[in-house]
Amino acid sequence: MSAPRSDPALVALRQRIAAIEGDHGPPSAVLPFGLAELDRRLPKGGLALGCLHEVAGGGNGATDGAAAACFAAGITARLPGQVLWCVTQADLFAPGLEQAGLPPGRVIHVEAGDDTAVLACMEEGLRHGSLAAVVADVARLSMTASRRLHLAAKTAGTTGIALRRWRRQADASDFGQPTAAMTRWRVSVLPSSPLPVPGLGRARWLVELLRARAGESFDLELEACDGTGHLGLPADVAGGPAAAAGRHAFG
Amino acid sequence: MWPVDRLRRQDGTPSDRPLVLAGRIGSRRVVTAVDALAAGVGLRPGMPVSKAQALVPDLRIAPANVAEDLASLERLAFWILQRIAPIVAVDPPDGIVIDATGAAHLHGGEDPMLEALTGRLALSGVTARAAVAGTWGAAHALARFGGDLENMPPEALRLPAATVAGLRDMGFGRIGDLLAQPRAPLTRRFGPELIRRIDQMFGDVPEPIDALRPADLIETRRAFAEPIAAPETIARYIAKLVAALCAQLEAQGLGARRLDLICHRTDREMQTVRVGLAVAQRDPARLTRLLCDKIPTIAPGFGIEIMTLAAPITEPLAARQTSTLAPEAPDLSGLIDILANRVGAQAIYRFAPVDSDVPERSSRRISALAEDSGAGWPHHWPRPSRLLPRPEPIDTMALLPDQPPVWIAWRGVRRRIARADGPERIFGEWWTREAERIAVRDYFRVEDDAGERLWIFRAGDGEDAATGSHRWFLHGIFG
Repeated sequence: MSAPRSDPALVALRQRIAAIEGDHGPPSAVLPFGLAELDRRLPKGGLALGCLHEVAGGGNGATDGAAAACFAAGITARLPGQVLWCVTQADLFAPGLEQAGLPPGRVIHVEAGDDTAVLACMEEGLRHGSLAAVVADVARLSMTASRRLHLAAKTAGTTGIALRRWRRQADASDFGQPTAAMTRWRVSVLPSSPLPVPGLGRARWLVELLRARAGESFDLELEACDGTGHLGLPADVAGGPAAAAGRHAFG
Repeated sequence: MWPVDRLRRQDGTPSDRPLVLAGRIGSRRVVTAVDALAAGVGLRPGMPVSKAQALVPDLRIAPANVAEDLASLERLAFWILQRIAPIVAVDPPDGIVIDATGAAHLHGGEDPMLEALTGRLALSGVTARAAVAGTWGAAHALARFGGDLENMPPEALRLPAATVAGLRDMGFGRIGDLLAQPRAPLTRRFGPELIRRIDQMFGDVPEPIDALRPADLIETRRAFAEPIAAPETIARYIAKLVAALCAQLEAQGLGARRLDLICHRTDREMQTVRVGLAVAQRDPARLTRLLCDKIPTIAPGFGIEIMTLAAPITEPLAARQTSTLAPEAPDLSGLIDILANRVGAQAIYRFAPVDSDVPERSSRRISALAEDSGAGWPHHWPRPSRLLPRPEPIDTMALLPDQPPVWIAWRGVRRRIARADGPERIFGEWWTREAERIAVRDYFRVEDDAGERLWIFRAGDGEDAATGSHRWFLHGIFG
């Protein structure tokens, strides 16, 4: 997907801003979500690789982090290589992650004692350079810590996802603090896709991009990750059932 | 118990009859060690052999072999040196002393370490008692006698038998009695040894442990003319020691699986650092990095005068041919080592599937560097991304036997169920556990008004009370 605006003055300005921000080197690649509706609103048409991103759950998801974990698993599932997942409380359920596209053979779990240790492990993972991505469940992420992680991700070209997960709902206001991360997402659960019979359809999320460097924020109603880590566009939003047909729905 | 256990391990002597070991004291033949069976029928070390034979007719008697006992004990101490802590010494005739400073955290603390150690010894047929204390003397006494130091008998002081007998004659039945006495008369009567042992027990006199160093241990050592203390200096000398160690390893074609750095301080204290490696390594840069990560845990005190670096566990490591044509899988062992030395090796793992329908048993932790078998879980039913550590009881209103609840209340919040899927009946492991022969759980995937998807189950099939308590639990949260 081509850049939406290719005015030379704007390109020059972007380069100057990038130089001020310390983003050296060639422009990093992006990982498209495979949904035109989503990709065209993201800078460069996808999720920037080799950067730090933040994901949190909305509502009760701020404390359980279940939808955010699926969202992160879906992103990392589409990257080639091993994934390091650092946590403080070990409640990830590997079969559930597999159904979001991330098989157990691709994830190395690290159980660290506290937030500081999790951040240190995440930084080690990012600096190592041969991982596909590093995910970490963290509650507090200061500006300094996020800048440090972002630089580590940039240096080694590994994508980092800080999965923000708080102990109490009230602490989620922390998500408004400034960050050095490339993007900041909030994933909230929505009632699942309606079915003509009793039962649960494919899970739906309200995916909000709260902050994006050189991009605009938006929110979009999407269907949760399928078995390959791809999000879906709800049939009633896309305008026809064909878009959702043929996809095996999980989660 | 050690001589008996050693004999059992080496000869495979069956344990159906009481066993005692016989040795000579002067011209008398006396029992030197007894096993648990023999102790149960009243035999004690020090008893004449003829008396023991008279007491127990079918007694099995083996000759005592003190030299072999000691050699075996040294081998056991080396095994402990490899696995538990860098400073280990033999405490003859039947003890091993371990300096656990800087090593206990690798095993999850002092108590888990002792438990693991005695458990592994028990598995290999060695009965062991272990205790942790601030000094060698106190730990020695606690492991053998237990209880309060002051209430222990004078035998706990590691004194010659004649001195102990003399103390008993004087009426000293407890160490506490000795502490209350003026020291000069005691020294005049029993010699300086008694007071020295008491001071060693209570830590008033240092008692360095002469660490066991097997002859073939790969080790480098550096003594400093001036004591060093600055972290940068320590890092520089670590790099030099590692380079020397790696040269030795390379000459023998070995790679290190474990490294022990021992810093001898000017005040005769020792600081130890132990790092483990997931695969054998002799790359100086990587080993230096692992050791330097641990510098903050070294307290240099008034300065370090000697540093030794040893590789107690080594493995053959041959040069490997690499190919520039076929891209190799990235080597993650360096990262795993760095993380393992930060958070502990047991905290880094992968999940592998287990053939069990019970969700909490459906995965097991395997080593992070284990081969990927490509196996996964069956995809028949959706599974949550977060599983609660243990199912939490919830209040519900539901029609039996197989309807999902109309509402549930979890952690004090009541939710109306808008949609549900289920039941998915999960049977216990009837082939391994008798208690789970007929136990079942009926799992439902429910969604409340707000769209939150939860995984709940009812213990029991809804009809037969023998299959479960029919209480409801919340077990997981879907994304």
